[in-house]
Amino acid sequence: MFSYCTDPEILGQLQWLSCYLTTGKHFSFYGSFVTVLILLAITAPTALAFGFGGASIARSRIGPISWIGKGYIAIVRGVPDIAFFLFFVIALDQAFEFARHKVLCPEWNEPIRQGSDFIVCKAAKLPLGNAPQWIHETYGFFLAVLTFAIVFGAFAANVIFGAMRAVPKDQLETAEAYGMSRRQTFWRILVPQMWVFALPGLSNLWMVLIKATPLLFLLGVEDIVYWARELGSTKNAKFTSYPHGDWRMQYFFFLLVFYLAFTKVSEFVLDRIMKRLTHGQATAGGEAQRKAAV
Amino acid sequence: MKKLILSTAVLAISAGMAMAGSHSVVRMGTEGAYAPWNFINDAGEVDGFERELGDELCERAALTCEWVTNEWDSIIPNLVSGNYDTIIAGMSVTDERDEVIDFTMAYTPPDPSVFLATSMDVDVTSGVIAAQTATIQAAFIANAGWSLVEFATPEETVAAVRNGEADAVLADQSYLASFAGQDGLMLLDRQEQIGGGVGMGIRESDGELREKFNAAIQSMKDDGTLNTLIEKWEVASTFQ
Repeated sequence: MFSYCTDPEILGQLQWLSCYLTTGKHFSFYGSFVTVLILLAITAPTALAFGFGGASIARSRIGPISWIGKGYIAIVRGVPDIAFFLFFVIALDQAFEFARHKVLCPEWNEPIRQGSDFIVCKAAKLPLGNAPQWIHETYGFFLAVLTFAIVFGAFAANVIFGAMRAVPKDQLETAEAYGMSRRQTFWRILVPQMWVFALPGLSNLWMVLIKATPLLFLLGVEDIVYWARELGSTKNAKFTSYPHGDWRMQYFFFLLVFYLAFTKVSEFVLDRIMKRLTHGQATAGGEAQRKAAV
Repeated sequence: MKKLILSTAVLAISAGMAMAGSHSVVRMGTEGAYAPWNFINDAGEVDGFERELGDELCERAALTCEWVTNEWDSIIPNLVSGNYDTIIAGMSVTDERDEVIDFTMAYTPPDPSVFLATSMDVDVTSGVIAAQTATIQAAFIANAGWSLVEFATPEETVAAVRNGEADAVLADQSYLASFAGQDGLMLLDRQEQIGGGVGMGIRESDGELREKFNAAIQSMKDDGTLNTLIEKWEVASTFQ
C-alpha cells in the first residue's frame, strides 16, 4: 500500500507493521467485520419478525394454527444449533434447487439423487454454475441470514409468547369492556405493553446472536474468525513477504476485544431502550420512575 | 410492445440456458491452508502449486476457471452438492474417496509422509501422533492402532507438536519440510509410504469434465511442464 513497502525485509518495526497491516489479505479481514455487522443488522429484525409471527400464531384460538406456531418453537429450540446449521443450510439449498428443477426442467427424467450426488439440471442450480463469485458469496450469506433468523426467531417467539401472557389480564378485559374488537385489543393494548416484558429476554438473545456470528464460518462465509485464523497461522518466508510465527493468539485476542466492546455498547443501548419502555408502565420499574419524577 | 418484451425475455432465457448448458465457468475448490500446495498469499488470493497448475490446466482445456476456498472437513460434501466443480487441494487418491467422488489421473506421484517432532528419539508407535481430520495420514495412524489426535487444519497439527500436546505430527513431506529447523522442530528419519498420487476430485456424474482435465494433465506430463512445476514448488518427486 505504501511506497516503501516494496521490500519489507529492510524496514524498521513500525514501518514493517504498517505495511503488514495493509496487505490485501488484511483488507479482507477488515471487510469481514463489515460482513458480520451487516449480518447482525439484517438478522436481528428478521428474527424479531419471525418471533413476533411465531408468537402470534402460537396464540391463535384455532387449534391447528396454534400447533404450527408451537411446533416451530418447540422443534427449533430443541435441536442443537450446530446440527441445525450444518443440516439446514444444505437442506434449504437443495429444497430451493429441487423446486426450481421441477418448474424449469419438467422434461428431465434422470433421478435427482445418484448415489451421494444431488443432481438438478443446470438451469435450476442456485446460483447458476456460471455466476460470478460474488453472487455465490451473496447467496451463501443470505442462506446464512435465513438460517440465523429461523433459529433465533424460535427463541424470540418463545420470549414474546411469554411476554404477551405477562400483560395483566385486566388490561385486556377493560379493552373488551370498552367495546374493542379482538384485533384492536391485540394491536392497541397487548402489543404496546408486552415489549417491556419481552425486552430482557430479547436483549439476552441479541447478546447470544452476537456471539453466534462465528458460526458463519461453519456455513462457508469467510468471517472474522476465518481470517483471524488464516492471518495468525505460521507464515513461512518462502510463501510470503511477511513471515511470522504462530500469531493466532494475538489475532484471537483482538477478536475478544472486539466482541467485548460490541456487547458492552449493546448493553448500554439496551439499557436506554429499557428505560424508555418502562416509562408509564404498571411495573416495578415504571413505578420507580414515577416516584423519582415526583 | 408486449411482443417485444416477450421475445427479449425468451431470448434472454434461451441464452441463459445455452450458457448453463456446458461448463462455462468451472469452479475450483481448494483449502487454501496447505503451502506449498495451496495457500492464501499476501494479496488474499489463492496461490501455490495447485493454483499455477489449475490455471494452466484450465487454459489447455479451454475452460474459464474460478477459485473457491472451502474447509477441508466438508470439502467432499460440498463438491457432491455442487457448490464447486472440482477439488484441487493436494488430495490423495484413495479407495474410500473414490467411492464417493471420481478422480482425474494423478498430477503428482505419491509424496512420502513424514513425522515432525521436537526430538529425534520420539517413538511414534507409543507416542501421541497428530494428523489432520479425514486425511490418509489420520486413517493410517488409526489403522496402525497408535494414539491419534485429529485437528481440523494442518496448522493446528503442527501447533500441537510445538506446545507438547502431541509428540509428533504425520503429514505430507512437502508440507512439513518448511517447518523443520524452526522452533526446535525436526523431521524424523522414519517415513511412511501411504496413498497413491494426488489427483483432482470431480463428481461421479461429471465424466465429461474429468476427461477434459485428464487430457490437459496428460499434455502437461508429455511436454515436461508438469515436472517443472513440481520442482518449482517442491511438492513431490517428479514423474519419470
